[in-house]
Amino acid sequence: MTQNKSTAGISIQNLGLSFGTTEVLKGVNLEIKPGEFFSFLGPSGSGKSTLLRAISGFGPDPTGSIKIGGEEVTGLPAWQRNVGMVFQSYALWPHMTIRKNVAFGLEERKVAATEIDGRVDDALDLVGLKHLADRTPGQLSGGQQQRIALARTVVVEPKVLLLDEPLSNLDANLRVQMRRDILALQRELGLTTIFVTHDQEEANTISDRMAVLDKGIIQQIGTPVELYDQPQNRFVASFLGTANIIKGSIKDAFFITDNGLKIPVESNLTEKVYLVVRPQSVTLSETEVVDSKHSHILEGKVEYSEFLGETVRYSVHCKGHDILADESHRRGNKILANGQNVWVVITKDQILLLDQ
Amino acid sequence: MSTNSSSGFLSKANLGPKAIAILIALFLILFLAIPVAKVFIVAFQDPNTGSLTLINFVDFFNTSLFRESFWNSFYVASVSVVLASFIALPLAYFTSRFNFGGTVIIQTLGIVPLIMPPFVGAVAMQLLFGSNGSVNLLLDDYFGFTIPFMEGLNGVIFVQSIHYFPFILINLSAALANIDRSMEESALSLGSNGMRLFRRIVFPLSMPGYVAGASIVFIKVFDDLGTPLLLNVNNMLAPQAYLRISSVGISDPMGYVISVILVIFSLFAMWVAFLAMRGKDYASTQKGGGGLMKRDMKPAEKLGAYALVLFVLAIVLSPHIALALLSFGTIWSYSVLPDAYTLAHYAEVFSSAGDFIKNTLLYAGMAATIDVVIGTAIAYIVWRTKIKGRKILDYLAMSALAVPGVVLGIGYLRTFYQFDVPFSNLPLANFWLIIVIALAIRRLPYAMRACVAALQQVSISLEEASESLGAKKMSTVKRITIPLMTGGILAGFVTSFATAAVELSTTIMLVSSEADAPIAYGIYVFMQSAAGRGPGAALGILAVVIVALGTYVSNRIIQKANQKNAMAPDQQ
Repeated sequence: MTQNKSTAGISIQNLGLSFGTTEVLKGVNLEIKPGEFFSFLGPSGSGKSTLLRAISGFGPDPTGSIKIGGEEVTGLPAWQRNVGMVFQSYALWPHMTIRKNVAFGLEERKVAATEIDGRVDDALDLVGLKHLADRTPGQLSGGQQQRIALARTVVVEPKVLLLDEPLSNLDANLRVQMRRDILALQRELGLTTIFVTHDQEEANTISDRMAVLDKGIIQQIGTPVELYDQPQNRFVASFLGTANIIKGSIKDAFFITDNGLKIPVESNLTEKVYLVVRPQSVTLSETEVVDSKHSHILEGKVEYSEFLGETVRYSVHCKGHDILADESHRRGNKILANGQNVWVVITKDQILLLDQ
Repeated sequence: MSTNSSSGFLSKANLGPKAIAILIALFLILFLAIPVAKVFIVAFQDPNTGSLTLINFVDFFNTSLFRESFWNSFYVASVSVVLASFIALPLAYFTSRFNFGGTVIIQTLGIVPLIMPPFVGAVAMQLLFGSNGSVNLLLDDYFGFTIPFMEGLNGVIFVQSIHYFPFILINLSAALANIDRSMEESALSLGSNGMRLFRRIVFPLSMPGYVAGASIVFIKVFDDLGTPLLLNVNNMLAPQAYLRISSVGISDPMGYVISVILVIFSLFAMWVAFLAMRGKDYASTQKGGGGLMKRDMKPAEKLGAYALVLFVLAIVLSPHIALALLSFGTIWSYSVLPDAYTLAHYAEVFSSAGDFIKNTLLYAGMAATIDVVIGTAIAYIVWRTKIKGRKILDYLAMSALAVPGVVLGIGYLRTFYQFDVPFSNLPLANFWLIIVIALAIRRLPYAMRACVAALQQVSISLEEASESLGAKKMSTVKRITIPLMTGGILAGFVTSFATAAVELSTTIMLVSSEADAPIAYGIYVFMQSAAGRGPGAALGILAVVIVALGTYVSNRIIQKANQKNAMAPDQQ
C-alpha cells in the first residue's frame, strides 16, 4: 500500500450538537493538520465519541461547520464523505468472510474486480493477516478482528481515519502492542487520524496532539506534554495524572487557604485560585529543612502510605490539607511510619496557579 | 466449588440430585420416549405378521386420499408460511426502521393471535369470511363479486396464517433489533446505502431470525389437527390420522404412518431452522449500541403505515370479533351481523359446561405444576451439577417439541390401552390423569426453557456465598436458588397453564368421556352442530379470557422479575 496522497486536514468551527434537548457538544473549534495523529481524550459522557461520529456523518445533525480537506461535509451522508471509521465493536459483518468484508468498500466504489483482489491482499498484508482471508469474523480473536477492521477501513483510501476506542475490547498486553501497530500503520500511510479514548496512557503514547473534552466542551488542546505540564484548568489538571489541587486565594504575593496554609508565590493572578502541584514534585524529609530560594517547606505528619512498586505515595497532613507526595522507591528504602513528623519540600518552579 | 467431591459417584451431595435425575428420566422415557417409539414400531410393522416392513408406507402412498392429504398438508403449511411472511415483514420493518407510534400496536398484534389457538375461532371465521359470510355478502352487494377466503384449504391457510404470523414477526423483529448499529454504520461509512445496504447487510443478518420464525409456523400448521377438523377439511394428514384411529381403531397402521411422517417433517423443519442459525449467533459475537438506525416518518409515510397496521389489526382481530359476535348472537346465517343479541349462550355454558371449565383449570394447573417442578429440577441438574449424562435429560425434555400432539395422543392410546388403572377396569389410556401427563409433556420444553433462563440469571457466587456460610446444597437450593428463580418459574407456570388450557390435538384423542373433557374438547363438540355454535363460541370466549389473563399475569411477572434483577448490582 502506498503513501496516501489524498490525506486531508480537518477543520471544525463552532460545532454544536444536541440529543433532543440535551446539549452534548458546545462550541467546538478544532484544527487538525494533514497527517497528524490526534486524540480525543475524556471521561465517558464527555462527548468525544459523539464528536467523532459527527465527523463521520452519524448521529443527529450538528450546527456549525466541519471541513475535511477544505470541503464542507456537514449535511453530506456518511457514504459520500470518504471518511474511514473503525468501530469500537469492530463491526465486522459475521455473514461475510474476511476477504468479503475488506472488499466491501471497494465493491461499493465500483472498483474493477481484478483490482479489488490485489488491493484486498495488500491491505491484509499490511495488517499481517493475509492467511486468514477465507475465515469468518467469528473465528478470529479480538486482536485479529481489530486488524481486519483497520484493513477494511484503510483499503478504500479514506481521506481521514477515525478510531472509536479501538483498543478497549482488547486485553492489556495486546493493547500496548496494538497501539504501537496502529501508530506504525498511521505513519506508513501518512493518514490523518483521530483516536478516541478515555485512557490517558493510550492518548499520551500515541498522539501528536490531543484534545481533552469534558461536558461537551474542549477543555484544552496541545501535545501530551503541554497538557500535562501546563493544564489550563482544574479539570485538565486532575484528569491527566494525579495532582494536589488546593483551593485558595492570592493576597499580597501569598497563596492563602481558609485553613491557614500560606505560601509566597509570584503570580499576576488575583483573588481565587487553585494551587496545583504533582505528587512527584513534592519531596519529604525526615529532618528539618528551611525555606530556600528554590523551595517552600511545610511541616506535616504522615497520614498514610501506599506502596505502588516504583514509588511510594504518602499522604501528609499539613495545616489542614492532605498533600500527596511520591517518593521513588529503591531496594531497601524504608517506608515512613504513619504519624511521623516530616518536612514537605515543594520546589517553586513546580507550582502552577490556576484561576478558579 | 469442589468439583472433586461433587463428581464422585458415591458423594453424599450428589445422591439427592442423582435420584431425582433418574426419576425424571424414567418419567420422560415412560411418557414420551416409549409412546413415540411405539408409534414408530407399529408404523414399520406388518399388521399381520409383526415383522419389520415398509409395506404400510407403500400402502399409504398407494392410497390416493393419503397422497392428496400429504400434498394438502404440505401445500397448506407452505402457503401459510408465505402469507404469514407477507403479514409479518412490513410490520417488522416499521418497528425496526422508524420511530413509529404504531410500534405499540404492532407489539400487541404480536401477542393477540397467540392468545387464542386457531381452531377456537375457525367456525366463527366462516361466518365472517365464508361464501355466505359478512364480508362476501357486503362485497357481493356493493361490487358484485366474492372472494373464496374460506373455501376448502383456503380457509385453513387463512385462519392459520393470521394466527401464527406473530412467530415470524417476533423472531424477525428480535433479529433486526440484535443487529448492532455499527454493522450498518460501517457499511454506510464505506460508501453503501439504500437498497444495497439492505440487500448486503441488513437482510442477510436478519435471515436466521426469519427462518426460525418461518419454521415454527410451518411445523405448527403442518401438525395442527383442530383447525382443519373444525373447518371440516379432512383431507390433510393430522385429521386423517385422527379419523383413522377414532373410526377404524387403534390397530390400523395408517394413523401410525401419518404420525411418523408428521414427526419427520417436524424434525426437518427444525433442522432447517438449525442450519439457518448455526454459526450465526450474530447477536453475541459483537457488542455495541443496539438496533438499527431509526428515522422519523414523513406525514404521508406515517399515514400509509398506520393504514396498513390498522388493516392488519382488523384482520388479526377478526377471529376474536367473530367469536364474540357468535357468542352473543341469536341467529347468524346469511346475514352481515347476527339478527339479535342474547346472553343465553353464556347462561347455557355456565349451567351445562361447568365440568369443562373445572376440568380445564384442574388439568392445566396440574400439568403446569408438573412442568415447572421437572423444569426446575432439570435446569438445576444440567447447569449446577456434574452428574454424568445430565445433558440427556435436557435433550429428552426438548425432544417433545418435535412430537405433534396427534402423535403423542396416538402413542398414549397404543401404549396405555393395555394397562388398567389400579383397582378398576378402566384402561389407563382412558384415565383423566393421562391427559394431564400428556399436556405436561407437550408444554415441558417451554416451561423448562423459562426455568433454565431463570437459573442462568442467578449468579453462582450467590450460591457459593450461601455454601461458604455453612448451608448445605439442599438448603442453598431451597433458601437461595429457588427464591431467586421464582419470577421465571412462575412465568413458566403461567405459559404452560395458558397453552395447556386450550390444547386440542392430544386432548381430543385421549378424552374418553365428556365428564372428563376440558374446555378445548367442549368447544370442538359444541361447534359440531349448528345449534351448538353459540354456546361453543361462548365457551371459546371463556377460554380466551382464561388464556389472556394467564398471558397478562406472566408478562407482569416477567417484568417484575426483570425490574428486581435490574435493581440488584451487576453480579457477573
